[in-house]
Amino acid sequence: MRRRNLLLAIVVLLFLWEVASLLVNEPILPGPVTVGQTFLDEITGDLASHFLYSTARVLASVILAVLLAVPAGLILGQSERLNQLFSPFVYMLYPIPKVVLIPVILLLFGVGDLPKIVIIFLILFFQILVLVRDSAANIEPKMILSVRSLGAGRRALFRYVYLPASLPAILTALRQSVGTAVAVLYVAELFATQKGLGYYISLNGSTLLNYPAMYAGVVAMSLLGLGLYFTVDILERRLCRWNFIE
Amino acid sequence: MVVLENVTFLYPQHDPVFDNLSWQIEHGEAWAVLGPSGGGKTTLLYLLAGLMQPVSGEIYIAGKVLEGPRPRTGLILQDYGLLPWATAHKNIMLGLEIRRFYGPDGKHAPEIADTVTHGERADYWMDRLDLREHADKYPAQLSGGQRQRVAIARTLALNPDLLLMDEPFSSLDAPTRERLQNLTFELRAEEDLTTLIVTHAIEEAAILGQKIMVLNQPPNHEPIIIENQEAGDPEYRWQASFYDRCSMLRQHLEEPE
Repeated sequence: MRRRNLLLAIVVLLFLWEVASLLVNEPILPGPVTVGQTFLDEITGDLASHFLYSTARVLASVILAVLLAVPAGLILGQSERLNQLFSPFVYMLYPIPKVVLIPVILLLFGVGDLPKIVIIFLILFFQILVLVRDSAANIEPKMILSVRSLGAGRRALFRYVYLPASLPAILTALRQSVGTAVAVLYVAELFATQKGLGYYISLNGSTLLNYPAMYAGVVAMSLLGLGLYFTVDILERRLCRWNFIE
Repeated sequence: MVVLENVTFLYPQHDPVFDNLSWQIEHGEAWAVLGPSGGGKTTLLYLLAGLMQPVSGEIYIAGKVLEGPRPRTGLILQDYGLLPWATAHKNIMLGLEIRRFYGPDGKHAPEIADTVTHGERADYWMDRLDLREHADKYPAQLSGGQRQRVAIARTLALNPDLLLMDEPFSSLDAPTRERLQNLTFELRAEEDLTTLIVTHAIEEAAILGQKIMVLNQPPNHEPIIIENQEAGDPEYRWQASFYDRCSMLRQHLEEPE
């Protein structure tokens, strides 16, 4: 993607927003200039800490999901027997929309950060597990044989073949699920917390009726999603360089 | 160097590929195993590489019963088995890295640690096989011949005494194939290697195998073994005796004795 095209897209979107705001002409839809001004005021104040809380929760979920789903996916991917045993469970659990479990998870894990981390973790976990498992299972058997002939046992195969082979799958899974993760974070932060962008947006939108501040929160949440998306992009270009050769 | 004693091997729910096969390879010999698809060539290679175990019988290499991959046996497969995510240099270093990973345990790596550093060894093979300028390229950026040289360098960097090759040059164009066949012979002499190449190509068996074993449809019990001492001389492929040898091999393939 060219930087010029990206800038052009931003300008067009802001323009459309401004036009919509002028047409609606109600406090519920302030224009980008008003929201931008409020965002700058708020981000140097209260909004920053809400943003940091939300970021920390998403990052904790991502790290936890990668740490648990990658080894599990690799083990299932390279052992046909284990995969046969566990794939019915994955098959049943993967399509369940995890967001509906929020009330249950709140009951089980209390009111702190943990339930919010757990719910996002569940979404990411299955996505990463399935993609990593499939990528490990699809490694060319001849490649495994040739690396075994160089002396590799199970541990070295994990280190030198399965792990690097599954890196693109991990990053693809993250790319596909960061959007959902941020959306679910919003819902999760509506419950039992006074910190986080979900709480901030809801408070300003529904209770205080401070619409410019509410939109500043929406912008912050969008930036969080975009930031995660770009980070995954950068990591992919760095770690999976062979996928970008011409 | 290699002794097979009454080796029987079969895949589950199939007839035996090898039935009581006995066979011997002396140190320094250059063997070719010729046979049609499904004749058991690759299976034989995997057995010798320790990647599969016989159902009965024993395989001895350098006097020891073979129980798994052996540090001094090198294996080069048809599609080279290179890691697509690693540069040529990293691929060449792979076996050495794996040795460092385990340390000199006698199972994954020789018990006696190398005196030459791994970096020096990789550098030597990169220069010897003209790969220096391609060191930072990924396998997808290399030609078939260059990829094959990377696979050879990766294997020879581990200082093997037995080199097993599975149709290593079959997908290459004719000039590249000839160059790599000549290189194989040069390296065999330089490194004091025992070599075994399996192929379905009659000409390749005749040019690379000073001894040729012909396998036919299984079960293989007593394979046909043909002496072919002229092999190894690059000029041999233009001589009348080479064509005679090829037609003789063709007859053996078509009409097993």
